[in-house]
Amino acid sequence: MTKFPALRLARLAIGELAEVSLIIAPGEVHCLSGPSGSGKSRLLRAVADLEPHAGEAWLDDIDQSSLPAHEWRARVMLVPAESHWWADSVGEHLPQADVSDLEALGFTTEVLGWQVARLSSGEKQRLALLRAVSREPAALLLDEPTANLDDATTRRVEAWLVTRIRERGWPVLWVAHDPAQIARVAQRHWRIEGSELLEVASWT
Amino acid sequence: MDVIALAWWQLALAALMVVALAGCTAALRLGMGRSLLIAAARTVIQLALIGLVLEALFAAERLLWVALMALFMLLIAGREVMARQKRRLLGGWAFGIGTVAMFLSSFTVTVLTLTVIIGPEPWFRPQYAIPLLGMMLGNTMTGVALALDRLTDTTWRQRAVIENRLMLGQRWQEAVGDIRREAMRSGLMPMINAMAAAGVVSLPGMMTGQILAGSPPALAVKYQILVMFTITLGTGFGTLAAVAAGSRRLFDGRQRLRLDRLAAPRQ
Repeated sequence: MTKFPALRLARLAIGELAEVSLIIAPGEVHCLSGPSGSGKSRLLRAVADLEPHAGEAWLDDIDQSSLPAHEWRARVMLVPAESHWWADSVGEHLPQADVSDLEALGFTTEVLGWQVARLSSGEKQRLALLRAVSREPAALLLDEPTANLDDATTRRVEAWLVTRIRERGWPVLWVAHDPAQIARVAQRHWRIEGSELLEVASWT
Repeated sequence: MDVIALAWWQLALAALMVVALAGCTAALRLGMGRSLLIAAARTVIQLALIGLVLEALFAAERLLWVALMALFMLLIAGREVMARQKRRLLGGWAFGIGTVAMFLSSFTVTVLTLTVIIGPEPWFRPQYAIPLLGMMLGNTMTGVALALDRLTDTTWRQRAVIENRLMLGQRWQEAVGDIRREAMRSGLMPMINAMAAAGVVSLPGMMTGQILAGSPPALAVKYQILVMFTITLGTGFGTLAAVAAGSRRLFDGRQRLRLDRLAAPRQ
């Protein structure tokens, strides 16, 4: 077993989407695009085992169904397009937040005392990424992680994410629309066409 | 007994006044005259029938008949719990969970109260067993129905929050914990309120009835306290059991939130 695990989907099928098989190496980002409603988010939900599906996902030699579901999700962490918060203050959701991570995303430790209700959608999105990353997963599934951010912040968040991904050796499945972003972050790019998952040739 | 006997013609006078009320609501076009009269008629018929059943039951004093009566009451209460939920669990689970929870709590507490505390001879003497179980089931039913309704409805509304918690690696118990606690609280609240207001705001019906029937108030009060406590026990444990089982059923073996197990709300 290597130090960092790879994420492997073995004939995973959900909804309209035909069986998907792919391997994401440690530290590698695979982008996923496709028209809305094509099943990108559902595919991520299947990998996180949040919906009944066919096929399996593997983290190295660990089979999705061999772990209790909550342990699998703690390792293969899905960050949804829209985040949800249950407690009143930000800090209650982020017990192990790292100060350098907070600063990299443009916050100070003051944010931990803020009320969730006063966060903007962009702030929520960045804090949701931090919330997921601070739980030390082994792989990440990102659903449009920069959808609510302006250009400058998008670049900043991207840079932070890519650095962390390299450092921790996470395999990442990243749903994105913007071709420029895909070109910046992805090693490989998959596109959903109809019920097929097709690889888009890299032009970088 | 020094209770004054009531003749049917005396009841007819009271019925006449209900008819007068129905006439007034019809004149005001509240659209309730019909349902008021039907409800009143149902009261007469249902209570007359139960009177006959109880007369027969008291005369026979057989465990089998008492048990059958109890089972019948339990099934009706289970149906009522199911009918009071906006989004109920599919596949008979709403009825099953409600009925089993009420059976476990109401029957256990009733039997314990009869055998250990009151101690009639024989222990299932219908004069004690049936009214006690009836009061128990009536209140447990309300608590269980409220709690299950709150559980399923809030889970439905907060689906996204629960799933987000699951995505972060929380166990299902943790992800639905707040909702579960809230549902249990809403089931227990009516009994706590009733106990707090007993004797000050409201004179409980059973005690009033006993006093009307000629019991000394001090004895009626003791019975009322006993009944309040047993009802609270029955409601409390019934609610806890129903919410625990109901929330488990909202998740599958892989701890996925399964809202497809809930029925669409009825109009």
